Amino acid sequence: MAASEKTLTFVLNDPPYENARSTTAFRLIDAAIRKGFSVNVFAYEGAVALPFARQAPHANSVHGTDVAAENHPNPKDWIAGLAKAAEQRGAALDWVNCGLCVDERGVGEAIAGVRRGSPADLWKFTQESLTTVVIPTR
Amino acid sequence: MPAPLKLLAVVETAYRATLEEQDDPVLWLTQVLRNNGADIHVLLRGNAVNYGVRGQDASGLRFGEVAQTNPPNIERDIGGLLAKGTSVFVVSDDVKARGIDSDEILGGLRAVTQADLPELFGGYDQIWHW
Repeated sequence: MAASEKTLTFVLNDPPYENARSTTAFRLIDAAIRKGFSVNVFAYEGAVALPFARQAPHANSVHGTDVAAENHPNPKDWIAGLAKAAEQRGAALDWVNCGLCVDERGVGEAIAGVRRGSPADLWKFTQESLTTVVIPTR
Repeated sequence: MPAPLKLLAVVETAYRATLEEQDDPVLWLTQVLRNNGADIHVLLRGNAVNYGVRGQDASGLRFGEVAQTNPPNIERDIGGLLAKGTSVFVVSDDVKARGIDSDEILGGLRAVTQADLPELFGGYDQIWHW
């Protein structure tokens, strides 16, 4: 199994709406895609909720905004944006959610393009990538 | 055929979800990756050096009538990794800084100092810092 010089793997750990690490990871993934890399993501533990399809935007009374004006970002939409950006560049975003982690959290409804998988997928990703970047949790 | 990848998982966050998962998620993942053929090893640093302390007992958790019957047993899980040929390193500076005596540390763990880490890391293709 040959490693691709144009594919990177990221391992994400944190759930959405908790800290800036996940957003930072998305920035790195975006930068990689802009440079023509395909990106694999293995979402582990709380990170499997990042592409959860039932995330919903809300209004913000402190800001004085309704739902439309607030335009509240949901991570699932950022992930969809990353996937589209990859596709437009002839690359791919292959996102695998750890299946056991999904079951524990009841977040099986993921956006289109997200696959259910296992650590075997992470090992396959690792072997096929230039390198693997773990974004740790704290 | 390229040489097999050699990986080092650096565990720094201690007791992450250990009660909910009944194990440490990174040690668990390491075990599964090894079962899939990965040449992956472990370094315990920071608060996670406490995983190397013998005789920990996490039993007895109960909320109302709901009792945990299969509590985490990190000593067992590290033993399982060692039995499969995994090198498990522990940073001795971090052990000492936390007032842990070296004779409290599980047998089979390999002590390294902070100063040893660059050379240790150089022996691996990828460092996964959890």
